[in-house]
Amino acid sequence: MSDDRPADQLPPDLLRGLTTPRLTRRRALQVGGLSALGLALTACSIPGAAGSKLGLSAARKEIEKFWLNQHKTGQFRFGNWPLYIDVNPKNQNDHPTLDQFTKQTGIKVTYAEPIQDVGSFFGKVQPQLAAGQDIGYDLVVITNGLYLDKMIGLDYLTPLDQTRMPNFYANASDLVKDPSFDRGNVYTMAWQSGITGIGYDPKLVGREITSWQDLMDPAFRGKIGMFADTEDLPSSALCAIGVNPETSTPGDWRKAAAWLRKQRPLVRKYYEQDYVAPLSKGDIWASMAWSGDIFQANASGANLKFVVPKEGAPIWTDNMCIPGHAQHPLDAMTYMDWVYQPSVAAALAEGINYITPVPTSAANIIKDANALTGQDKASLKEFASDPLIFPSVADYTKLHRYRVLDAQEQKVWNSLFEPIYQS
Amino acid sequence: MSRSRLRARLVPYLLVLPGWLWLVIFFVVPTLVMLSVSTMTGDLGTGFKQTFHWSTYSDGWRLYHVQFVRSIVYGLIATAICLVIAYPVAYWIAFRGGRHKSSLLFLLLLPFFVSFVIRTQSWNFILSDNGMVISRLKDWHWVGQDFHILATPVAVIGGLIYNFLPFTVLPIYVALERVDPALLEASADLYASKTAAFRKVVLPLSMPGVFAAVLLTFVPVTADYVNAAILGGTKTTMIGNVIQTEYFTNLNYPLAAALSFILMGGLLIGVFAYAKSLGTDDVLDMAGA
Repeated sequence: MSDDRPADQLPPDLLRGLTTPRLTRRRALQVGGLSALGLALTACSIPGAAGSKLGLSAARKEIEKFWLNQHKTGQFRFGNWPLYIDVNPKNQNDHPTLDQFTKQTGIKVTYAEPIQDVGSFFGKVQPQLAAGQDIGYDLVVITNGLYLDKMIGLDYLTPLDQTRMPNFYANASDLVKDPSFDRGNVYTMAWQSGITGIGYDPKLVGREITSWQDLMDPAFRGKIGMFADTEDLPSSALCAIGVNPETSTPGDWRKAAAWLRKQRPLVRKYYEQDYVAPLSKGDIWASMAWSGDIFQANASGANLKFVVPKEGAPIWTDNMCIPGHAQHPLDAMTYMDWVYQPSVAAALAEGINYITPVPTSAANIIKDANALTGQDKASLKEFASDPLIFPSVADYTKLHRYRVLDAQEQKVWNSLFEPIYQS
Repeated sequence: MSRSRLRARLVPYLLVLPGWLWLVIFFVVPTLVMLSVSTMTGDLGTGFKQTFHWSTYSDGWRLYHVQFVRSIVYGLIATAICLVIAYPVAYWIAFRGGRHKSSLLFLLLLPFFVSFVIRTQSWNFILSDNGMVISRLKDWHWVGQDFHILATPVAVIGGLIYNFLPFTVLPIYVALERVDPALLEASADLYASKTAAFRKVVLPLSMPGVFAAVLLTFVPVTADYVNAAILGGTKTTMIGNVIQTEYFTNLNYPLAAALSFILMGGLLIGVFAYAKSLGTDDVLDMAGA
């Protein structure tokens, strides 16, 4: 995901970070303004941004100073999505990797799953973040896209301590290192990534599905599920009409909206997070789906298939980040880098089934597999070579990031796509 | 003397003060705040600013009038069916319930002990395309292979009726309970047939209850979003769902507030028109009877 935007088209929030005088102000010395410094750092990897040198080195120093003043507190609070971490098969509320972390570092983790949807989570914590208060979590997992852009743009995140990321820099995949939505990993480290493709029941569909156009097949009338959102739904429709969402134009959006409107009579429902159950039960035969969900459904007995459509598909990354004014940033930081050890990443990948940010963990998974026997061994070995967990370079050429929208574009985009799923 | 008189005059006001404060703090103030939000522009990032942008209302209506009309139609159908079911139930409990009245009422309220989201979700499970009911019907060839109930208006309206029926039964029951059985005997003495006695005595006396029942059913049914979210499909989205999404997912507070006010205005006009058609100007008087 290279960012080939010319320097004169920097996003406005980034430009603001480069040009505002706030770096020299006293406020910048406080934790609250600290993230503004990180914003300036974000810019350091984009060449040609003149006049920012003073701000940048000052910013780096302030961030260093902030982290120098942090001490290990022996605990942190982790706010994650549901079903997004490994679980002990005997106890759904026990997470072996967290236990292991506590054992190795002495840091206790208070684990909660408050995030169902980035938009509504942001809506809930935004007033506290704006007021400079602790939101009750030291580590949250936020999907790249509109709301992460907002959180970065509004200085709501604590810049990371780049000196405490050795595992990340040694083991992270190219996909998540220096990503376009957070240049230089100033604020975020990936938790997992995933693909939005098509999940289907081969028995009910009765043929192989390869393309987004298959979701337009009248034979599936009333048996098709789509997503009710303004990122995956429009991006998939753009892929369907052969356009890369990242570089799409308002003209393309209109065509994609027309495609979706034409498809609507065939759609049973626009789902939020609740499409897996109807897909497993047979209420719908084929649906837009997230790769890991289909894996997990199959692991609990369903017989579904997931396919990355030949026209391409959206890829997204969920990111660990430290909210501003967190109480235990150093402990959270320790954990963020800790999960980048291949053995830990392997355990998480086996539990979550999304695209792991640590490709070398495949070797650990094979090692785990060799310790098993029979069917378990075979399926875990298969897992280690699954392109949906460890995509190849060729796979990546088909996967596209979301379009970054400014406020005006956002309005046009929403007014085109919202009425489609709110029918 | 004058002091105690003053006190006597003040006491009723002081007694009603907590109620007023409650209403002002938790209803009037939030409503005014929402009214002001509805004409703001901006977004959460840059903040919302008051610009008296009234066209949010016309935009909201233009984008979502289908959902408004649909909600009102669903509300009317569900309320009508609720009345048809609830009246005989209430009548039976009031006049034939005897000493079991309170047990019967308890049975009516029993479902409330389980969260209505869970009960609605259970319907989703029972009625699923390959679930226990529909797959049987398909096996017996009573319905075609394409037949389904979920994701249709029937499922949504059915869910609404199921969830709100007790709100229809209870007010009618209360009204019927108050009808003195002696009136029926008097009617019989005056040579009224049973039907005539019902039509001329019981029904008119129960109308305040029916009115309250319609109010208590129609208003929340029209604004409901849970049934459409769990049991509905593409063409069953109600205005409550749109408002919910605009508030919580898209964080478009002005549009959400404007849609809420359009709904509130529509419902108020409807309710007052209904009261007028029943020949009373005083809605509260009717409802409180």
